[in-house]
Amino acid sequence: MTDKELIQAFLDRYLLTISKPGRYTGGEFNQISKNWEQTELHFAFAFPDVYDIGLPNLGMSILYDQVNRRHDALAERVYAPWEDMEALMRSHSIPLFSLESKQPLKKFDIVGFTLPYETLYTNLLNMLDLSGIPLRSGERSNDDPLILAGGHACFNPEPMHAFIDAFVIGEGEEIIHEIAEAVKAHKQAAAPRLDLLRALDAIPGIYVPSFYAVSYAEDGLIKEIHHIHKPEKTFIQKRIVKKLPKPVTNFLVPNVKAVNERAVIEIMRGCSRGCRFCQAGMITRPVRERPSSEILEALEQSIESTGYEEVSLLSLSSSDHSQIAELIPQVMRMSESRNVTFSLPSLRVESFGPELIASMAGKRKGNFTIAPEAGSDVMRTRINKSIDGEDILATATQIFKMGWTNLKLYFMIGFPDETLEDIEGIVDLTRQIRSIGKRLVGSRVKIHISVNTLIPKAHTAFQWLGFSEKESILEKYRLIQSGLKNTGIKLDWPDYDNSMLEVWLSRGDRRLSDVIEAAWRGGARFDAWHEYYDVDIWQNAFENNNIDPAFYSTRSRCTDEILPWDHIHTGVSKKYLLSELEKSRALETTADCRQICHGCGIQANYAISCENIRTESL
Amino acid sequence: MRIRITYQKNGALLYTSTLDVQTIWERSVRRASLILQYSQGFHPQPRIQIANPLPLGFVGAQELIDIWLVDERKPEEIKELLNKSVPKGIYITEVNTIEENGPSLPKQIDASTYSVELLNSDDSIEKIQASTETMLSKDSLPRVRNRKSYDLRPLIQEMSVQINPDGKIVVFLKMPSNSSQTGRPEEVMAELGIPLENFRITRTSLVFLEKYA
Repeated sequence: MTDKELIQAFLDRYLLTISKPGRYTGGEFNQISKNWEQTELHFAFAFPDVYDIGLPNLGMSILYDQVNRRHDALAERVYAPWEDMEALMRSHSIPLFSLESKQPLKKFDIVGFTLPYETLYTNLLNMLDLSGIPLRSGERSNDDPLILAGGHACFNPEPMHAFIDAFVIGEGEEIIHEIAEAVKAHKQAAAPRLDLLRALDAIPGIYVPSFYAVSYAEDGLIKEIHHIHKPEKTFIQKRIVKKLPKPVTNFLVPNVKAVNERAVIEIMRGCSRGCRFCQAGMITRPVRERPSSEILEALEQSIESTGYEEVSLLSLSSSDHSQIAELIPQVMRMSESRNVTFSLPSLRVESFGPELIASMAGKRKGNFTIAPEAGSDVMRTRINKSIDGEDILATATQIFKMGWTNLKLYFMIGFPDETLEDIEGIVDLTRQIRSIGKRLVGSRVKIHISVNTLIPKAHTAFQWLGFSEKESILEKYRLIQSGLKNTGIKLDWPDYDNSMLEVWLSRGDRRLSDVIEAAWRGGARFDAWHEYYDVDIWQNAFENNNIDPAFYSTRSRCTDEILPWDHIHTGVSKKYLLSELEKSRALETTADCRQICHGCGIQANYAISCENIRTESL
Repeated sequence: MRIRITYQKNGALLYTSTLDVQTIWERSVRRASLILQYSQGFHPQPRIQIANPLPLGFVGAQELIDIWLVDERKPEEIKELLNKSVPKGIYITEVNTIEENGPSLPKQIDASTYSVELLNSDDSIEKIQASTETMLSKDSLPRVRNRKSYDLRPLIQEMSVQINPDGKIVVFLKMPSNSSQTGRPEEVMAELGIPLENFRITRTSLVFLEKYA
């Protein structure tokens, strides 16, 4: 029997003995199945979490579409098997396989992992191991696939440097074709693996970690990062596509339950707001908008091709799209006439007026979400969330008046120079909103607040700050909790230890590769799942490698320190981020950059005009 | 118009539950650019009736579903449109127009027939036949399912063991599947001591109550 037949026979026989077997069958509507033998290049796109979570990932949908459009290549998918399936596969020596053709992962030319967040790292190792592919890049030969990774977490690639042959920094739509060409040429030449890595290293936006050396000073800080062959190559600048290509509309429609089962169209990439805690806002600059006509057409097409009963719009800040006021009523009319629901995208209090809220008032009222982020005007100034308490209350009033009864509020704590007054501000604001709701909609009012802890992320103005100490965070949570007692307001916050893993992995350096491997060997899996995450496994992994985790978490960093991700450039300069940190301390705001350019570096580094690129396709 | 669809369910869809199959039909109809009727009321529901839930992992050879469409179309045309819009694993063999206000489809179903193919080549037909006879000779077969005890014996309405043309042992069963009782063929196999991974069940037909047959 061939590998493929062996795998199929295994599935036919044993799938019924495990939970949610529909995760492993593939065969979704809109799946693309190409002939394996007649296709030259074989890409597998891997999402290191379970099928139900990974399926709707838009980044992976885009790459799946891009590669399958090529005549010389096929793209297939694989997700992390759940623990019962993993045990079954291991006991029958079944390697990890793709959903489309049931080929072992090891037979692909390229395995590209999507890493939108850091807590997937142990699953990635587990997937390599289940595939029989050596974990470490240096142990792989030409018989092994090229292991790539991309996604937002890769803006600090260092903790995973030992396991990934090449990282894609930035947007994938164009670079994926350059990678395909490089791998094709290498395959035809049957050259050593090192030649392929060299070819990839020459593609702008690709980071081949094995070509860079990092040295450390005695105090553990980074002394130097340099390219071992080309000393002049001091950094990798992220890739952007100057014009967003036509959106994907033929989404895969799962045959079993998955999250976010709906057709989603990305209406805008990037954000001009400049919130100082927000990594996504910094790493996705510049802003590029899709025209409303294209969005509407894509939504209609996606309803026809998927049959989904729900559509949605995606962006970091949909209300900042310059055509949003005309777009939303159009989408509402279209969805009503086609009997599908339209779920609202993320909106910002500071940028939507009463007209927009009114236009969204449909028949059914779900949750309305607003994100004040901080409780006081002072703190909102520090984080550059430039909206005052009065505006938030006015917006809440408007929302209740339009008939919504359920309001969700997002806050964060653990900001720099945070005082207990700032925390009390969260309580006061929430209680005031509740009073307004009570007055306008009576006892039906439901307020739910979610309070997260700031994780100072790479490439943000707060990247030099330490993560808050546990005691300080717990004290603040207790204050909020007692302030909201007997109000019926629902409050949730993350477990401190749960956040810690994201802190370590997002702020770590190369030395964390050993820790990640040790944690995986110690049994860490599905760390993004609270019920599976075990902080002790990680503590032990740090200890066994003689690494103090606090070095990466609560320690604040000097502004002249070489940061682990300094050689990864987002186009926004370190100098600009530092000036933003200083402005935060001086209680100064930075206006939306559509009004005035603050010289963040994007225009200079990409030789573009943000204004032109934002509206080019409108 | 109300139509009755006869379809096969297998392949990748073996592991899709009845609830998810309902969603698949809604989406398939939308992809076919047909318009489903919705119930009146505060939470309008699509008018779809699945004859009887098909358990996870069962092949369906002749499953039935009724749907109500807004526009009149020829059954043949609907069949063609839908066959292009369903995922792999569903194949529509027949579409018929049904009396709009006739009785609900699930209420017309009385029983199901199954064929259970044994996958383990070590099983001998003599052994299976003998244990079947012993089992059927008993007056009652007390079993526990989902922490509830019940008697399996009266639920076995018909049973025989045969060898099919490719030499595999096949157990044929008829068991109730109506509003008051549901017989589960895998329970019969468990009673015979055959583990879950050693057989594959096909529901071969749905049997209508006599008055609707």
